[in-house]
Amino acid sequence: MALLEVRDLRTSFQTEDGLVGAVDGVSFSIEKGQTLGIVGESGCGKSVTCLTIMGLNPKRMTISSGEALWKGRNLLTANQRELREVRGDEISMIFQDPMTSLNPVHTIGKQLIEAVQLHRDVSTKVARSRALELLKAVGIPKAEQRIDDYPHQFSGGMRQRVMIAMALINDPDLLIADEPTTALDVTTQAQILSLMKRLQEDFGSAILIITHDLGVVAETADDVLVMYAAKVVEQAEVHELFGRPQHPYTWGLMGSLPRLEADVERLTQIPGQPPSLLRPPTGCRFHPRCPHVMEVCKTTVPELVPIERDQEHLQACHLDQETKDREAAKLLAVTMAEAG
Amino acid sequence: MEASRQPMVRGEELLVVEDVKKHFPITRGIIFQKQVGSVKAVDGVDFTVKQGETLGIVGESGCGKSTLARCIVRLLDTTDGKITFEGRDITKLSRSTMRPIRREMTMIFQDPYASLNPRKRVGFIIGEPLEVHNLGSASEVKTRVQELLEVVGLNPEHYNRFPHEFSGGQRQRIGVARALAVNPKLIVCDEPVSALDVSVQAQILNLLKDLQDDFGLTYIFIAHDLNVVRHISDRVLVMYLGKVVEIASREVLYREPKHPYTGALLSAVPIANPEIGRKREPIVLEGDVPSPVNPPSACNFHPRCPRFVEGHCDVDEPELYPFGNGHVAACHYPLERWPMSADEMRRASSQARSSQSREEPLPA
Repeated sequence: MALLEVRDLRTSFQTEDGLVGAVDGVSFSIEKGQTLGIVGESGCGKSVTCLTIMGLNPKRMTISSGEALWKGRNLLTANQRELREVRGDEISMIFQDPMTSLNPVHTIGKQLIEAVQLHRDVSTKVARSRALELLKAVGIPKAEQRIDDYPHQFSGGMRQRVMIAMALINDPDLLIADEPTTALDVTTQAQILSLMKRLQEDFGSAILIITHDLGVVAETADDVLVMYAAKVVEQAEVHELFGRPQHPYTWGLMGSLPRLEADVERLTQIPGQPPSLLRPPTGCRFHPRCPHVMEVCKTTVPELVPIERDQEHLQACHLDQETKDREAAKLLAVTMAEAG
Repeated sequence: MEASRQPMVRGEELLVVEDVKKHFPITRGIIFQKQVGSVKAVDGVDFTVKQGETLGIVGESGCGKSTLARCIVRLLDTTDGKITFEGRDITKLSRSTMRPIRREMTMIFQDPYASLNPRKRVGFIIGEPLEVHNLGSASEVKTRVQELLEVVGLNPEHYNRFPHEFSGGQRQRIGVARALAVNPKLIVCDEPVSALDVSVQAQILNLLKDLQDDFGLTYIFIAHDLNVVRHISDRVLVMYLGKVVEIASREVLYREPKHPYTGALLSAVPIANPEIGRKREPIVLEGDVPSPVNPPSACNFHPRCPRFVEGHCDVDEPELYPFGNGHVAACHYPLERWPMSADEMRRASSQARSSQSREEPLPA
């Protein structure tokens, strides 16, 4: 049985202007020790997906449906007490901005100890030694002294390490990382990503990593979900996705990325901007920006179906296989010229 | 717009920056303030920008790249050094003598949400530089603004809209239009695409390239994203803690970096290709960027450098050594080849050290 199985997850927010469908029919599953990446641009619903699973959306004005089965138990129908038991213990989360997600008026030691004592009936001394152990594991120098420091005394990268320590302190089975490195510099990002990789090997947790950075996904994830305007448009194993992308939006994303490893004179741009989720386009939501748009795209919503060769590779596009293969090959010829 | 302005020949030096320093004082006391230290945000930077080229400036946050940009356009006064624009020293010019020069160099800012006045209409925002410099009557300004809107790919009929009616990418286009309004020669772009999504980022990068071709613009392009800088720049300058560590043409810098910091930066960038990305071993630098209040001695990268040589790198500050074709790097032990793993870097440097200390060739 999968660790987490999400089926047809839908979340909408009631706003003054009407109903905003932030997540629309997302399904995926995560096995033990696996890393799943969700990529997409801002507003595509990748963060809301996680918040819904964790029950962290505001209660009022939010309508969710579908299932999020955690070890067989549906988290969407669980009450607050049950959710609190799972959160921070079996599932934990790392947020994008380490400054706003740590409490500025408490020492990090106190916050780490609190995280332990919420879920374990242990003395403060034991909890503190556990906190210290984790701070060392994430590579905080002089952890014995720094444990009594306040968040503002740490740099951005160090704070993110503290967040990771806090997330791992109860040995979670699943770690949800929502843009864990977006606020960090490249060299710090490399530190954090390699730390996460090492900790996954040591602790065996599954990771759900949410990011807008295709590079981060390519280097960390086993499987990837590409989201656009609240829907999953493509899902595949990472080598398969980058080696044989099937959806025009995925092509657009890859083509618009300036690259270190290949010279591209002009980036392929996706015209226009992501649609408003208040009134999403009819048919395929990508059709107003799609260079391959056909009549059928404007009226019929494409199903997320497997491609012929590979049952694990799902995509939602009306284009025929031949055109897709040709376009994917064209794209790869340009972007991976030097990879040859 | 005026006939008197001479077009410059591509390749001539438009901007020369010599030993520019910007130190921000740290003071203590409320009434009797005394200076107790200084933040050395920019600490002796030299480079030139040629007419028609794009110079990319990369570095991590806090390395002084934005401060440098603000010094160049004289939004900040420099502590020391000299900035020559079109052969004229602009470092000490008064506000009024500086004003006509401000037409020649404009700036595009990072945050398209914060850099446009929310209470002004787009037409006013773009037209304001024209009014400040008295470039035409009200109707001429309006025509020019509509022309500019079209140039940057916006609908000229949106002249009367407010910034909040536009998306992030469109706002950045407004920022570009404003920078273009006075027909500048140099545009300093300070992280113009960092706040944008990838697909929109590509639109702005393409737009900037097109404008450069059409109007013969010169860019100083500041970013922390090495992919973006590689895409847009002709030459790239790498900064670390207020100092230049390496300058080279784009091809050379990315193919054979000489400074270990450049190497570490390059290897830290995630590659959107699992086939390549997972095979290589990134050089993970230890620790954080040190504080510019109290930077490390001599080569300020030495505490994090994998090829640090004690008694040399922390005592003797490296100057920018030439490697041919304008490629310079400030390192005593430049990289012999690229790519290199952190271990190889260390090994190669210990060899270099032993050969140096003995002052005789290594035994075979």
